[in-house]
Amino acid sequence: MSATKFSNPVVSWIDHRLPIFSAAEHFASDYPTPKNLNYFWNFGSLAGFTLVVMIVTGITLAMSYTPHVDYAFGSVERIMRDVNHGWLIRYIHMNGASFFFIVVYIHMLRGLYYGSYKAPRELLWIIGVTIFLLMMATAFMGYVLPWGQMSFWGATVITNLFSALPYVGDAITTLLWGGFAVDNPTLNRFFALHYLMPFVIVGVVMLHIVALHRFGSNNPLGIDARGPQDTIPFHPYYTIKDLFGLSVFLCIFAAAVFFFPNFMGHPDNYIPANPLQTPAHIVPEWYFLPFYAILRAVPDKLGGVIAMFGAIAVLFVLPWLDRSPVRSAKFRPIFKIFFWVFVADCLLLGYLGAKPAEGIWVTLSRVGSIWYFAHFLIILPLLSVIETPRPLPQSLSQSVLGGSGAMAGAAAAPKEKA
Amino acid sequence: MRKFFLAAILTFFSLPALAAGGGDVVLKHKDWSFNGIFGTFDKASMQRGFQAYREVCAGCHSLNYIAFRNLADLGYNEAEIKAIAAEYEVMDGPNDEGEMFMRAAIPADYFPAPYPNENAARAGNNGAYPPDLSLITKARAHGPDYLYSLLTSYKDAPAGKDVPDGMYYNAAYSGNMIAMPQPLYGDDVEYADGAETSVSAVSADIVNFLMWTAEPSLESRKRIGVATLFFLIVFTGLSYGAMRFIWADVKKKAA
Amino acid sequence: MATKSKEVQADASQPENKSRRDFIVVATYAMAGMGAATAAWPLINQMNPAADTLALANIEIDVSKIEVGQSITVKWRGKPVFIRHRTEAEIAEAEAVEAEALRHPETDTDRVENPEYLVVLGICTHLGCVPLGQKVGEVRGEYDGWFCPCHGSHYDSSGRIRKGPAPLNLEVPPYAFTSDNIIRIG
Repeated sequence: MSATKFSNPVVSWIDHRLPIFSAAEHFASDYPTPKNLNYFWNFGSLAGFTLVVMIVTGITLAMSYTPHVDYAFGSVERIMRDVNHGWLIRYIHMNGASFFFIVVYIHMLRGLYYGSYKAPRELLWIIGVTIFLLMMATAFMGYVLPWGQMSFWGATVITNLFSALPYVGDAITTLLWGGFAVDNPTLNRFFALHYLMPFVIVGVVMLHIVALHRFGSNNPLGIDARGPQDTIPFHPYYTIKDLFGLSVFLCIFAAAVFFFPNFMGHPDNYIPANPLQTPAHIVPEWYFLPFYAILRAVPDKLGGVIAMFGAIAVLFVLPWLDRSPVRSAKFRPIFKIFFWVFVADCLLLGYLGAKPAEGIWVTLSRVGSIWYFAHFLIILPLLSVIETPRPLPQSLSQSVLGGSGAMAGAAAAPKEKA
Repeated sequence: MRKFFLAAILTFFSLPALAAGGGDVVLKHKDWSFNGIFGTFDKASMQRGFQAYREVCAGCHSLNYIAFRNLADLGYNEAEIKAIAAEYEVMDGPNDEGEMFMRAAIPADYFPAPYPNENAARAGNNGAYPPDLSLITKARAHGPDYLYSLLTSYKDAPAGKDVPDGMYYNAAYSGNMIAMPQPLYGDDVEYADGAETSVSAVSADIVNFLMWTAEPSLESRKRIGVATLFFLIVFTGLSYGAMRFIWADVKKKAA
Repeated sequence: MATKSKEVQADASQPENKSRRDFIVVATYAMAGMGAATAAWPLINQMNPAADTLALANIEIDVSKIEVGQSITVKWRGKPVFIRHRTEAEIAEAEAVEAEALRHPETDTDRVENPEYLVVLGICTHLGCVPLGQKVGEVRGEYDGWFCPCHGSHYDSSGRIRKGPAPLNLEVPPYAFTSDNIIRIG
């Protein structure tokens, strides 16, 4: 990449000294992308977009928010009532959190289905799981800020998880709280960290993108691109496809923000925090429910905490649990079935996380949790050995373009582009 | 895979709703004017509900997040709002002598609470705390229907059901025992516009008023929402067309 | 992907449809830009004064309780406003001044609605200090008005600059008498 490739002399001058334009071109324009990505590959850029929306709305909200136990709830109400367009910004931020998780969950499931975590993309996957972990921490602390009943009791329950650790548990919770219960110091530091973490996420996202561009995007067939005939430049093909995907996403997002803004929230969070009275039925935000179900499935305090964190930890080692050389579930008939069973299991756990921890629900949670771990620790390693994958196509161009179905007849067409 | 996925997502979406619902009471559903995509507030009913709040509810329940100036949303003009505010006294100060003093409220002031603090409120109500009503329709599941049902479901306890002292039987309240005595008996207020004053009519007016106090931006939210969605749907169509055109050469080579 | 799109593809490959293709692509990007610009407005507008702030942008003051010769200070939009119930002597003194000779020529009648009450912003036009002279016993400067201790500006009983570094008279905020005793500032 030489500086002379830009016709504008100013751009050329700058790029020679600071190659930001070359970098931008390399990452967002020239980037050779497999021809056959389907719509599930839209969710990466959607997640990036949502992150930006969350940061921008978050910064503007922080201009009117007061991180103090006596004023936090009232300052949020002032945003909703008095600040110009405050209700809009706040509802976007509030629902944006949920939509961020929806998008990222689909992004992760796409990675699981098409084997995007396999060599040589293990680090890409691990960085992604790190982002997920950071998102969970950020979302949790953000939910505390309005200082409603769910904020307070959510903070109490989650910080108490750390008290399960032997010997150091109590010291850690006291440190987290800055006192002997969730109180003003806790709220204040959660605000500080909630403001910081998104920028840490941005940094890790950049690593995620650098790692992605090292070997390029995976694709629905899970085989490597073998040359220029298999790829197309990112711009304009995938920029316009991402833009279309974004517009569909925005339709759904806007419908939620404008017509059902409190659907994914909990009514109790419109009651100011009361440290002396726990709501009858406390549940975390929906995106934590599967992990919450795993936590409650274990009858032992420390065991539950370990299981819950283990559910995320297992994702980190996934590339070494699934040793099958074939990436895409398209060519792994048995894996495909177990993938959908796993998705159903996650949904079941999410459902159970919202149910009271009693009777049949506990039993089901245990079955669901055991299946969750069994999927990663037993089924995947076993499948890598016993499953016979279907034959892989020779190259991307030789196979079906544009997803499944409609254009199957195109497969045999000769290629002209070198 | 796509369809299955969509179904899975939709199921997941409906989870919180399932979790939030349930309970041991059946709510009365009413077709509120603020429901739906084009929903708006019924201003006449809100004004009546405001009157009922002042004459019935305000004895025990505060309205902390509402200022007199907000009443403009109900259709009152500036002079009317000033007159309403002047009927209330708020604490101000300290003055030059260092004393707090009472003065007539102005539009910028917030509704004064009936009790100075929670303990005083509990002491005056047999230990029960009458919650602030500003957000009540958002702080309860299915808020408007819940509130309407609550106000209209005071009944004599069924035989065999023991109602302790200071508690009242209410078919819409979880557990059926509520500490709030029946607030409406019919004809509790006299409306200037001659509207109906039955328990259910006044309850509906109160719900209309309290939905506004909880979500004053509801009308502009829905209005902006319709415009935004219209824009986005057109944009989606356009970007789809652009995508087809841009991808045409790739598809053609493949075909 | 949709089957209907096949016709579109076929169309797009015709040369005469090149301009149609360009138009749709450009329109899409233009609409995206418009949407982004519109979405930016709420984010900027939220920094403007909020409704509760604006509600206090106008205040009403009952001046009947100010004794002749006394002043009160009220806070308006975060700034001190001086209201002085002037004595006959102060009014006469202010009206007797030849306006043309002043640094910032204004007659007293230009500066008051009702000569009995002078309403000015209590901020020195030099560098923004609050002048002395409101309380009984405070220095009022050489012209029976206010004296700014920061850099020694003297204001007269009409709040006009008479001596010292300040360039302008004390500013008169927008106000009106809504009745004999009520002043509405703002």
